[in-house]
Amino acid sequence: MAGMLAFYHTTVGKKIVMAVTGVMMFFWLLGHMVGNLQIFLGPDKINGYAHFLHGGAAEILVVVRTVMIIAVLLHILAAVQVTLANWAARPVGYSVKKDIETSYAARTMIWTGPLILIYLIYHLLMFTYLKVGPGISETDVYHNVVEAFQVPLISGIYIVAMIMLAFHLWHGAWSMLQTLGANHPKYNRLRKIVATGLSVIIAVGFVSVPVAVLLGFIR
Amino acid sequence: MKLTLKIWRQESPSAKGRLVAYPMDHVEGDMSFLELLDILNQSLIKKGEAPVAFDHDCREGICGSCGFMISGIAHGPQKLTTTCQLFMRQFKDGDTIVAEPFRSKAFPVIKDLVVDRSALDKIVQAGGFISARTGSGPDANAILIPKEKADKSMDAAACIGCGACIAACPNGSAMLFTSAKISHLGLLPQGQTERHQRALRMVSKMEELGFGACSNHGECEAVCPKGITLEFIARLNRDFLVASVVATKEAVKKV
Repeated sequence: MAGMLAFYHTTVGKKIVMAVTGVMMFFWLLGHMVGNLQIFLGPDKINGYAHFLHGGAAEILVVVRTVMIIAVLLHILAAVQVTLANWAARPVGYSVKKDIETSYAARTMIWTGPLILIYLIYHLLMFTYLKVGPGISETDVYHNVVEAFQVPLISGIYIVAMIMLAFHLWHGAWSMLQTLGANHPKYNRLRKIVATGLSVIIAVGFVSVPVAVLLGFIR
Repeated sequence: MKLTLKIWRQESPSAKGRLVAYPMDHVEGDMSFLELLDILNQSLIKKGEAPVAFDHDCREGICGSCGFMISGIAHGPQKLTTTCQLFMRQFKDGDTIVAEPFRSKAFPVIKDLVVDRSALDKIVQAGGFISARTGSGPDANAILIPKEKADKSMDAAACIGCGACIAACPNGSAMLFTSAKISHLGLLPQGQTERHQRALRMVSKMEELGFGACSNHGECEAVCPKGITLEFIARLNRDFLVASVVATKEAVKKV
């Protein structure tokens, strides 16, 4: 335990915790996306999936949710601590500073993170707890999704949130490999390509649902 | 050509500093940046004003003494170049150039453009060494080292400790410096004895001194006059992770 605390005490350790929890959230997102995409196969398919999650797989769902909540909390804790340390490391700023290599996504990680968290809370209230939004059916997920996304504002907020998520993931995926020490001249080009590919897949996969509803493919 | 230099002037560590503009006529392209400051200082001395304090030693780009921010970039706009090797031909007639000291909590300003970088020495003292046997010198090829490893180690050892990486990092992180120092020893057989201890001690010293964390921005690599790459930061992360898992308290203490 003392060793783990010493490990976490350093920013290098905190970054490794962020990387590992980031990977967990990424895989969870992939699973969520595949689940969502079943909406294209019709109401029976996605409602059946929802039924399965809350019926046959209910125990697994509890475990997964618990693990994910812990991962999210650790990710946030480490991010806040590291950012505060970073801000403290340069008490007097520059009057002129040019950025050469860093990306917009990298510089805004600390802002896209909390914005995604705010969206996550809103999203859970809408689709998990059915407290906000037009769809309030306990059993008909398909209906809830279609009703909600037919409102352009709800779709718009969703699409903006997914684009922010893609930005966060793009720097996150690449950065995670670097933080876990996976850097090799032979594969470094591949790391950026994989990070870009994964972020685009996640963004396109999630955004396709509200777009399909708005265009009337799903009704 | 004519230029305007805006230089950070600060009397002492506790004094409040400010940017002061100095118009420079007759600037030659073949002058180095430091030679331009020498000329400015001559005129300041003649006028009875205090010359601009700046660090320098070899003026050959190999010692790591010089360095400040030149219009927002550590060591100025030319890649792989220290401030002393930056020539005025890199600038255009009429340019305004801002010269500021490297900014970091761990690099307090001493005067004008001079900062105290002894924090970097403290990181090296914490573990940037190897145990070597005393006595007669070893046979030249007694320890076999693959050429690739030797080259990579040499790439890391090229770090001159100028501090540009820290100055350029949006987080004021010393990861590139520390990773170069950890790697150039860790890549060689002679550096294996203290490898775990080195990673743990140098990282914890770096943190203690108030440097920020690495966010993988890559700004450090972009300004490094010696071309140290982010590859070494990944190596530091790897060494630190492995050392945290396997090194026992006793092992770290004893070695």
